[in-house]
Amino acid sequence: MQEATHDETHAALNTVFREEAGRLVGALVRILGDFEVAEEIVQDALLVALERWTVEGIPAQPGAWLLTVARRRAIDQLRRDARYRDKLVALEYPVVAEPDDRLRLMFTCCHPALSRETQVVLTLRAVCGFTTAEIAHAFLVSESAMARRLVRARHKIMQAAIPYRVPRAEELDERLGEVLAVLYLMFNEGYLASGGSSPARRDLAEDAAWLAAFVTRLYPREPEALGLLALMRLHLARAEARFDTRGKLILLSEQDRSRWDRRMITEAVAMIEQASTLGRPGPYQVQASLVACHAEAASWQATDWPQILALYDLLLQMMPSPVVRLNRAVALRYVAGPETALTEVEALARDLDGYHLFHAIRGELLLELGRCEQGRAAELRALTLTDNQAEQSLLRYRLSSA
Amino acid sequence: MKYVLMFCGRTPQEVARWEATSEEARAQRDARVGEWFAEYRSKIGGAVQLQAAYATTSVHFTTDGRPLITDGPFLEGTEVIGGYAEIDVADLDEALQMAKTWPAGGVEIRPVVSSDRS
Repeated sequence: MQEATHDETHAALNTVFREEAGRLVGALVRILGDFEVAEEIVQDALLVALERWTVEGIPAQPGAWLLTVARRRAIDQLRRDARYRDKLVALEYPVVAEPDDRLRLMFTCCHPALSRETQVVLTLRAVCGFTTAEIAHAFLVSESAMARRLVRARHKIMQAAIPYRVPRAEELDERLGEVLAVLYLMFNEGYLASGGSSPARRDLAEDAAWLAAFVTRLYPREPEALGLLALMRLHLARAEARFDTRGKLILLSEQDRSRWDRRMITEAVAMIEQASTLGRPGPYQVQASLVACHAEAASWQATDWPQILALYDLLLQMMPSPVVRLNRAVALRYVAGPETALTEVEALARDLDGYHLFHAIRGELLLELGRCEQGRAAELRALTLTDNQAEQSLLRYRLSSA
Repeated sequence: MKYVLMFCGRTPQEVARWEATSEEARAQRDARVGEWFAEYRSKIGGAVQLQAAYATTSVHFTTDGRPLITDGPFLEGTEVIGGYAEIDVADLDEALQMAKTWPAGGVEIRPVVSSDRS
């Protein structure tokens, strides 16, 4: 099999899994009333498909194919289980997916009674149809460890009776916030790690953006959902320009801006404007506006730093975190100079000592101010704190040329 | 769906602070607790309030199986169980709703093993 064909098959498989898995799990949870059984049956069907389709090709109606396999497995498995005997009858008929199934499923996976990381892995598995192996790979843990974790998560959903439903209006803000936080984490996991050593893996960032688009279709009047989708699209629009041909990270200031996807940027900016007309500003909208500022600048030199600084001030009011302050300090460097920025950065030493970007930014400012020895020490410290290969090689490059 | 709500009791520091609060403030909180129980009466199977942690005695077993008696709870944590209530509700969201409106501190929600489910 040729490399390109292999990749194409994989891309097609991913698209089908993403389209069908959540819908199928959702329908089965509704019919069986059992998240655990439904999720396992569909995962089994996906594994069968993965094996067969890579050899035989993807069938004309992949959804129906998966449903047939899943239903057959369900009947097989449930025949031995008295609790589901009557539900088997329902499964003999074609399973009709209700439009809300995938949404309910998403709210179950992102229930606040589950830890953030569990929410992410469950969403990947049940909603996006990732296999356990793919998730384990994405989170750099062994497949058996990830399998154990997924088993515990499914047990908790069943034993603690986490409901399968769309939350009531008065809970929606909080619950949608959980979903958006999960999608953002999923996106970052994919986006930041994309320079890693494994280009063949399924792209978490693409799936996160796809789900964010799904959420905005269902909740078109939720400005933070729009903001998050715009933020993701603005990053994705520039993804191509982030790495050179050898997979080395290229800094924003050095990127070839003609490689940015202008159309995607324009659409994302329109989305931010649409969100702002709803009159409820929030952190995702502000972060999207920040990224838009960079994306719309014709060159690094043309960047509107005062505007970026103002947006960081706004973000800091909404999310008073040391990481936001650190990023604000970078904008401050271009408005008020490296000396002022360094003072601001130094004030964060206690909170961010374990964060590699703190040391990288501090190092850069020190080097700029001619304090080379301290600067190199800070950059070395940053190097020891990151596992990401692309970031490591960038830091090494900076050290060698400093 | 049955759960046990375990109410966080007062740590020694909190007991001291509690004793320093006014008669009136204490009565107000007791009244709010009473209202809470009244509101959810139909969901609550049984409830128990426990004496403070200092009244606890624990029995541990040594590696060779000998019982060992100590003064105080198993874990000298910042949070101790001050009481519990058995509830029967539709799902976790309903249990969470009850826990969020509990007027006297943190709540741990534990599902109960039921006989009709493996």
